[in-house]
Amino acid sequence: MGIEVNGKVYEVDEEGYLSNIQEWEPGVAEVMAKEDNLTLTDEHWDIINFLREYYEEYQIAPAVRVLTKAVGKKLGKDKGNSKYLYGLFPYGPAKQACRYAGLPKPTGCV
Amino acid sequence: MSILHTINKSPFERNSLDSCLRFATAGASVLLIEDGVYAVLKGASAEAQVKGALGNLNVYVLGPDLKARGFSEERVIEGVKVVDYAGFVDLAAESDKVQAWL
Amino acid sequence: MSEVVKKFMYLNRKAPYGTIYAWESLEVVLIGAAFDQEVSLMFMDDGVFQLTKGQDTTGIGMKNFSPTYRTLGDYEVKSIYVDADSLVARGLTQDDLVQVAWEDWESGEEKENIVEVVDAARVKEIMEESDVIFSF
Repeated sequence: MGIEVNGKVYEVDEEGYLSNIQEWEPGVAEVMAKEDNLTLTDEHWDIINFLREYYEEYQIAPAVRVLTKAVGKKLGKDKGNSKYLYGLFPYGPAKQACRYAGLPKPTGCV
Repeated sequence: MSILHTINKSPFERNSLDSCLRFATAGASVLLIEDGVYAVLKGASAEAQVKGALGNLNVYVLGPDLKARGFSEERVIEGVKVVDYAGFVDLAAESDKVQAWL
Repeated sequence: MSEVVKKFMYLNRKAPYGTIYAWESLEVVLIGAAFDQEVSLMFMDDGVFQLTKGQDTTGIGMKNFSPTYRTLGDYEVKSIYVDADSLVARGLTQDDLVQVAWEDWESGEEKENIVEVVDAARVKEIMEESDVIFSF
């Protein structure tokens, strides 16, 4: 399976997560969002970029509550809550945003 | 007849190093790989044993396995030679046979 | 969420990469964080090698999971203990080990490093105090 971004095909697994995190480019997130009928705003990008930085540092995708707490700390309390994050990513902030960010599915997610 | 002995188990957990050193003949080569690389750390309890072996054996350690575990060459007992994968292949090719101590 | 908070201890005795134990243990700790228990990790024997700084696995084609230990403070891990004798036997000191920060998000209480080297007497105490021990 794969998704096409600017003429290039990226391999994804059966759940739509990018097979190789190194291959990620912003266009990947754009195309994935479009398939979900979502337009990415700066607010979405704040979370996607945050996830990529977290992965770069710790080599895992954070669990949703770790994400929520960490976002609150980094981007402000008004953003560090489930309501705000689910508003941006209705399929679940950890799962959906991680997928857009090219990360694997968070450990412990089913 | 020269033998290349490889050891891939930690000396703190298995007796692979002990047995290998007991049976390796003078002039043979011993290459530490995977968890076997922990044997070559300075200051560790296997140090005296490895230093003793250096008297009549050639002792090598696989660099990439050492690096993966967080150790630089400065941590390696003097006299132990660090080799890369190409060096591993050379050692195997130069030897008549390879004996793996698992 | 259970009413009774139990003390969970994960006992780690294997070196990373050579076998799967270290990674499996780490995954269970990450998943287990959802259970709201009091979690501590104990590293002894070759398990102390899991915490060494500067691991770089590019040469062996395996995932380097050592940076993940540094986020454990965010996963409900309150204490990380390292058996002193195991370190000495391996020519290591605390300086060779990663640091793990911890912060209580509600109270704001912070600890710069929860990795603590302990003697055998303390290891025994910690084991006695634990309600459940998971061995890897």
